[in-house]
Amino acid sequence: MVDKATIARHFIEAIPHSKALGMVLTEIGDGIAEIMMDYNPAMIGDPQTGVIHGGAVSALMDTCGGAAVMSHPDAPAGTATIDLRIDYMRGATPGQAIRARAECYHITRSVAFVRATAFDEDADKPVATASGAFTVERAK
Amino acid sequence: MNRRPPEPVQIVKQRRDAALAALVGGVPYMQFMGIGVQRRGDELTATMTYDEKLIGNPLLPALHGGATAAFLEVTAMIEISWAMLWSDIESGAIDVETLVAGDLPRLPKTIDFTVDYLRSGLPRDAYARAKVTRSGRRYASVQVEAWQDNRDKLFAQATCHFLMPTRNDG
Repeated sequence: MVDKATIARHFIEAIPHSKALGMVLTEIGDGIAEIMMDYNPAMIGDPQTGVIHGGAVSALMDTCGGAAVMSHPDAPAGTATIDLRIDYMRGATPGQAIRARAECYHITRSVAFVRATAFDEDADKPVATASGAFTVERAK
Repeated sequence: MNRRPPEPVQIVKQRRDAALAALVGGVPYMQFMGIGVQRRGDELTATMTYDEKLIGNPLLPALHGGATAAFLEVTAMIEISWAMLWSDIESGAIDVETLVAGDLPRLPKTIDFTVDYLRSGLPRDAYARAKVTRSGRRYASVQVEAWQDNRDKLFAQATCHFLMPTRNDG
């Protein structure tokens, strides 16, 4: 039997943009999702330091937030981002993978609320945090 | 008082275009995303050329929210950097040759970024323009709008705050 987590993993890894950025779902369930994104020189924003562009971190946060919503027990049939705010604490260390963890901490009939944090190998100092609202699409 | 004669138009254009190319060409992520920047005077318009790898929902299909966010953030970042460098490029305080050689001055850093998704991004080219609403000594605030077919129908907008690099002339 194929469980819900496996379906979600295949679904997320089938998203062309997430695939292009090398995102891999490492954990999912009960409104929590964790996604890893390997260091890739194509995603560099500052060639002098080799730091990944903030835009790639935003894409990771957005994907992870959406995955958290999809995995919520209230099971929306689909979701889209309404708004997302990202705070950048520091540049991610060049050469290290970035790991984002998102939690859908509240969901109504039409809106899901999400918080997310991104880390590199230093698990004590976040690279970025995010909060956002997502739509809740109901199956017709 | 003697007025300086106006510079020949080719010289002005060449200088500005070379400076912009140095700013944009140095960012691998912009090439990866297919983002280019066009200039009219000091006004910049960014274009994200459609590619299948920008898709987030293959069923609709729609652009990935992350791709849209990245596009807006890149546009805001280029705009604030351009605004910061403009007067130095024009006055000659920054030598364009050094920019072209890849020796860029320290650029602003993103503090935070808030994006509103107004409608789903269609599988076609997208355009964006940013406006520096306030640029202080330490912080700057930038607004960005993105559209596709119709300039009045934005598909996303964003506000971005930047930490400005410390100037070493103080």
